[in-house]
Amino acid sequence: MHDQTIARLSAGLAAGEFSSEELTRVFLDRIERFNPGLNAFITVTEESALAQARAADQRRRRGEAGPLTGVPIAQKDIFCTDGVRTSCGSRMLDRFIAPYNATVVEKLNAAGAVMLGKTNMDEFAMGSSNETSFYGPVRNPWDLDAVPGGSSGGSAAAVAARLTPGATGTDTGGSIRQPAALCGITGIKPTYGRVSRWGMIAYASSLDQGGPMARTAEDCAWLLGTMAGFDPRDSTSADRPVPDYAAALDRPLEGLKIGLPEEYFGEGLDSAVARAVDAAIAEYRTLGAKILEVSLPNSRLAVPAYYVIAPAECSSNLARFDGVRYGHRCEQPKDLLDLYTRSRAEGFGAEVTRRILVGTFALSAGYYDAYYLKAQQIRRLISDDFQRAFEQVDLIAGPTSPTVAFNLGEKTDDPITMYLSDIYTIAVNLAGLPGLSLPVGFVGQRPAGLQLIGNYFAEDRLLNAAHRYQQATDWHARAPVAFA
Amino acid sequence: MSLGPAEVAKIALLARLAIREQDAPAYARDLSAILELVARMNAADTAGVAPMAHPLDMAQRLRADEVSEPDQRERFQTIAPRVEAGLYLVPKVIE
Repeated sequence: MHDQTIARLSAGLAAGEFSSEELTRVFLDRIERFNPGLNAFITVTEESALAQARAADQRRRRGEAGPLTGVPIAQKDIFCTDGVRTSCGSRMLDRFIAPYNATVVEKLNAAGAVMLGKTNMDEFAMGSSNETSFYGPVRNPWDLDAVPGGSSGGSAAAVAARLTPGATGTDTGGSIRQPAALCGITGIKPTYGRVSRWGMIAYASSLDQGGPMARTAEDCAWLLGTMAGFDPRDSTSADRPVPDYAAALDRPLEGLKIGLPEEYFGEGLDSAVARAVDAAIAEYRTLGAKILEVSLPNSRLAVPAYYVIAPAECSSNLARFDGVRYGHRCEQPKDLLDLYTRSRAEGFGAEVTRRILVGTFALSAGYYDAYYLKAQQIRRLISDDFQRAFEQVDLIAGPTSPTVAFNLGEKTDDPITMYLSDIYTIAVNLAGLPGLSLPVGFVGQRPAGLQLIGNYFAEDRLLNAAHRYQQATDWHARAPVAFA
Repeated sequence: MSLGPAEVAKIALLARLAIREQDAPAYARDLSAILELVARMNAADTAGVAPMAHPLDMAQRLRADEVSEPDQRERFQTIAPRVEAGLYLVPKVIE
């Protein structure tokens, strides 16, 4: 059962082949067996999962089941879960029991999905390798010496290792797509505003976006259909209907115009990853797509602009962690300043501290124009590049990440090298566009991913293009030997 | 732009972060490297470019100024580090 997709499990539940309780136990057993080696989960909610599973089985008997009713999933530990620790991978929130559910959690609960637990992540979603987590790094199921990517590395590893058929993630600069690529699974970052951010602990509010991670585009379509939608509690939520993503999956690709940005195939791209991406493009040609060259001339400015905008917004968002209302508080504060400064210093790890400092500096008196304003102007240039490209093509394709998964510890001493691991994903967040990563091959035993980028609210087209590819290939069906 | 340990200490105070003196040089080095990366922005001519605050250029949606949330003070205070009589306790601010 554990090797089945959500679509298949849903059909099995509907046909009465197994109950949700049986299914949930299969995954809980696998988590118990494999999680100690992978560290993909921070919290396993065994009791509530079994209660949810039994409720789902009853709901099915009443004839009220939907496609996700009784299907186990995992939540990234950035989404608030009522009554369950929501740590965000930080010591700051190690003992934080959320008093409410994020909208995404509410929606999945309402659909009858069963939450197995909360997945590990880079602290406050700041990282590309999952090594900044207070709970320790996650290992890549394909190669235990490798990182799973980040920040949604726990979700990616859990899906790849068949500890859950699907999971939620969040993506501020690549945090769904890069770990999806490095773990050989499928993940989609929707258009900014498509999925509610309410109850999703904020990192950089103008960039953060939640989305699903699963083995196939079809499963992502099912999950996204449930997660997406207008939420009056999120003031940046997009007020437009959610299309039936699953219904659009089979659309033929004849005539689909896919653009290859020359800037995504240049210096820095590993040649073996390039070969896997080229082969995927060739497959798209076979499927009837027309391949064109496009240019995104300001691509090289995306990482620099991101490291102003994201830290600036994080320094503001993380000001709320002050040791007063919730979260870590230092022992024996001698005065209020001491309470703030020591609680925060003890609660935050080094990468979070670095980004708060950079952001505080960029927003400090006299520097606003040179940093934040300049970065926002570059954001416009990057967005304009994409819009010019979308006048010529329907989708843009390229590598998700310049390399396959790197080794644990390989980049921890040099933040800049780590930042460049998101060189192809960051521009998509700056522009607010949807992006999807799907597995397209291996370099040695480590997976490589293809990124597809669409215009605003073109999630249906992205999922459709990924699904057709997955109907014609089997990269997405490969399982790491130790977890097959 | 390059930052030294003294500047890091100043920024850390603004950010309300107690950085240990022995850690300041490492943060100064990392922050300087990040600002060097960020300085690549200067290669772009952005004269007259309208800054982009929101990907879809949407304005913040407003709602009527009406009470929409019930009072859950007790519930929220169960996760607070220290409370007394419905108040959050902090060290004495006024002598």
